[in-house]
Formats: sequence, C-alpha cells, structure tokens
Amino acid sequence: MERRTFFQKAFSIALPGGILGLMFRSRTARAEEREAPTHYFGMGIQTEKCIGCGRCVEACKDENDVPKVPFFTRTWVERYTIKKDGDVVIQNIDRMSDSQSEGGTDRDMLRSFFVPKLCNQCDNPPCVQVCPVGATFKTVDGVVLVDEKRCIGCRYCIQACPYGARYLHPEKQTADKCTFCYHRITKGLLPACVEVCPTQARIFGDFRAIASPLTRFKRMNKIHVLKPHLNTEPKVLYADLDGEVR
Amino acid sequence: MKTLFRKIPDPLLRIVVVLAVLAAVVLTLRSLLPPSLKDHDLQVQATVEREIARPVRHAGSDACAECHDQFNVKKAGYHRNLSCETCHGPAKEHAEDPTEKKPNLPRLREFCVRCHAYNPSRPTGFPQINPAAHNPLKACITCHDPHDPKPPNVPRDCDACHAEIARTKAISPHVMLECTTCHNVPNDHRVKPRAVNASIPADRDFCGRCHAKGAAVKETPKVDLATHGEKYLCWQCHYPHMPEVK
Repeated sequence: MERRTFFQKAFSIALPGGILGLMFRSRTARAEEREAPTHYFGMGIQTEKCIGCGRCVEACKDENDVPKVPFFTRTWVERYTIKKDGDVVIQNIDRMSDSQSEGGTDRDMLRSFFVPKLCNQCDNPPCVQVCPVGATFKTVDGVVLVDEKRCIGCRYCIQACPYGARYLHPEKQTADKCTFCYHRITKGLLPACVEVCPTQARIFGDFRAIASPLTRFKRMNKIHVLKPHLNTEPKVLYADLDGEVR
Repeated sequence: MKTLFRKIPDPLLRIVVVLAVLAAVVLTLRSLLPPSLKDHDLQVQATVEREIARPVRHAGSDACAECHDQFNVKKAGYHRNLSCETCHGPAKEHAEDPTEKKPNLPRLREFCVRCHAYNPSRPTGFPQINPAAHNPLKACITCHDPHDPKPPNVPRDCDACHAEIARTKAISPHVMLECTTCHNVPNDHRVKPRAVNASIPADRDFCGRCHAKGAAVKETPKVDLATHGEKYLCWQCHYPHMPEVK
C-alpha cells in the first residue's frame, strides 16, 4: 500500500472513531457521576406494632401539602378484619365511622390488625413504564418522583400502580404520590410519617448502610413485600405480614 | 446522475421534497426549543432540585432536644419513644422562631383517645381504655402527665388496665371467678406492671381442679382429663376468659 493512501485510510477510520469514542466516554462518565450515590432508600414496616392512630397520615398531609380530605392520601392505614365466616373486611381508617360497624363486633372477629401503606418505591416501577411523557422517574437513590411541570394528568400511572399509591392532586391536576419525604431524607431527616409514628411501626433507612435500623429490621424479621408476583420489587418491606393482606 | 433522477417517478420525488421540508421545519423548531423542554436528564435534575427545595415542616426530635432537654422525665416514661411532634404537631416554624410561633398543645380528651381508645385491631398489650367508661368528660391530663403517662394511682382492680379481658369475662361462664382465682398477682405488678408479671396456670391439672371428672366443684362441665385433649393444654383450645358454652 502506498504511504499516502495508508494515511488517508487510517485518518478516515481514526477520526470519526475518536470522536465517537470521546462522545461515548463523556456519556459514560456522566452516567457514572450520576450512578455514584451514597444512598439507596427503603422502609420497613412492622404491622404488629401499628395501632392505627393515623398520626402518620396527618403528619404526611402537614408535611407535603396533601389536601386534608380522606380521599387524597400519600400514605394511609388499612384495617383488616378477618371474620369467623372467612370474610375479609378492609377499611381505610380515615374513612371509618366511629362505630366501626363494618368489621362487626369482637365476637365475629377471628383476627384483626392494621397495615400502613404508602408508595412502595418499586425498583421496577410500573408507573414509570406507562407514563407517556416521561414525567415520572426513579432517582439515583431509588425514590420514584413525579415531575409536576411535565405531568399532563392523564392518570395512566394511577391506573398502573398495583398498590393504589397514586392520586390526582385536585389543585395541581397532576399525579401525586409519596416521595419518602425526599426534601427531608436528603437533609438527613426522617420522613414525616416515620418521625411521628408513636410505636416505631415504620423504620426508614438506607439499604447500603452497613449498620442501621433498617438493616437490623431486615436481619431480625421475616420479610415480605406486597404483591411479590408482580415483580415490581418494592423497597417498602413488611415484617409479620398476614396472608390476607393485598 | 441525471438518468437516475429521471428514473424516480415524479410523485415520489414530490413526497420526498415535502417530507424533507417537514423534517427541516421540525428540526429547526426543535433547535429553537430551550434545552429544558428536550433533555430528559435536565428535567429529572430540575425535579429532584424542586423536591429537595420543598419546605420542611417537621423539625425532628433532635431539633427539639437542642432546647428542651429538660424533658428528661419523658426519656424514662412509657412515651420515651414518641417524637415530640407526634403530639405537638409540625414544629419547624417554632424551631426557627421559638418566641413567636408555638406548637400545638393538645389538651382535649379526643386527642389521647385516638391512640388509647379500645380497638380490637390494636396489638395485645397496648394500653387502651373505653372512653365512655373511663372518667368520662374529664381531660386525660388532669390525671396523667403526657410526658410520663403512668396511672396516677396504683390501680385497685385489674380492669383498670385489663379492661378488654374484664369485659370479655363479664359475659362468660367464668364471670363469677376473681382474677386471683387463676392468677397469682404480686403486689408489685400493680406498681411495675411490666417488670413484675402475674402468674398464669401451668398445667392441665389446674383446670382439672374444677373440670376433671370427680372434681369437688358442682355445676361445672366435666371432662375426663385422661382422654380429653390428649397432649394439649386446656387454653390451647379454650380461651379461659371466654370458654365456649356449647
């Protein structure tokens, strides 16, 4: 091969290749910069400790400007009553009348307990998959957030969430959900519901921490998640969960 | 080249031209758009920043302890694990401006009752009262210090704390039996209920004193302890505070 053609060919390969390589490197570098977080947040819930007082619901509404009517909630508490005839009654304690008549009297009950619920911050979130405008996404620390500037209020995500954790904010007309109190946890505070829970039924922490209340919770309890068959890989873990809980 | 152009049918050429113009228009418009409308990474970044910038309403118990460390009494009492804001409400404003903004001081009976009213779904052992029967209309804080909520007097009767059992027993065949018939209650149990426990019956023969064949007590249902129930203890099938009538 002639020297001139060799150089021509070499340049024609090396130049675009180099540019492509540089682009690729800068992209991966950028991705690495984002992929190097220190935290991966999660929550543990001990249903056996929940007394169904609803302070978490109240604190959440105070902290996150959620409308103070029962229908709109980022977190809520369900009361499960398994009756002697096998019926299961599920009530949201916010919408429960004082008489609690739906659950029947103590005599009809086989067992009864409370289950606090919130967004499971799935590792494989169905709501993110269905959003047509990419307004909802998972942050590097594992929290699923909604971009309220981008959300068009189409309610697809509300339909897609198997846990019913999302609602349409009546004022903003955008989808809204639990953020693990992202503005608090990024400052080292606990989410409002965890902060006020009087019986420590909720435990918040970092899955990557070597020693933390959450790590201990995972070590000391039998752990279950809600609807594991859906492969959503929730980051809200439940201890001592009853089989009737859906 | 010219022959190549002539070979392309005229309508196709027009379509190509129209499409090219359209593509050019779209691309120019797109280049005019601000990057915040195009770049998903930028939108994610903006949302994360917006979420982090949201106002914190609950200060967290560490913030309270900076000034209010004199509540040492709370640290030893039953409410030691409660966050201040569980009862006093969101107090970030108070933490920033202690003289002007004051947190809630719940004084009404309804407030305590939200956790401490009897509810069959609450975990066993959680202190609960029947608000209709427990000193009605009297504010809880007249007798109980919320920072150290122990009973004001040493309770005389068991049902002061074990109301649920007392109510169940009241309509059971065991209604005439005193608690002390089956439980040996050390006096210290009334003062330090968790440190000193009342005894529980140990074996089948204890129930057999009334219910075995040939027992001296009349009018009790009798079983042959040798054949009835085999290896099980009586209370593994029959709840002693509400033994089945049938």
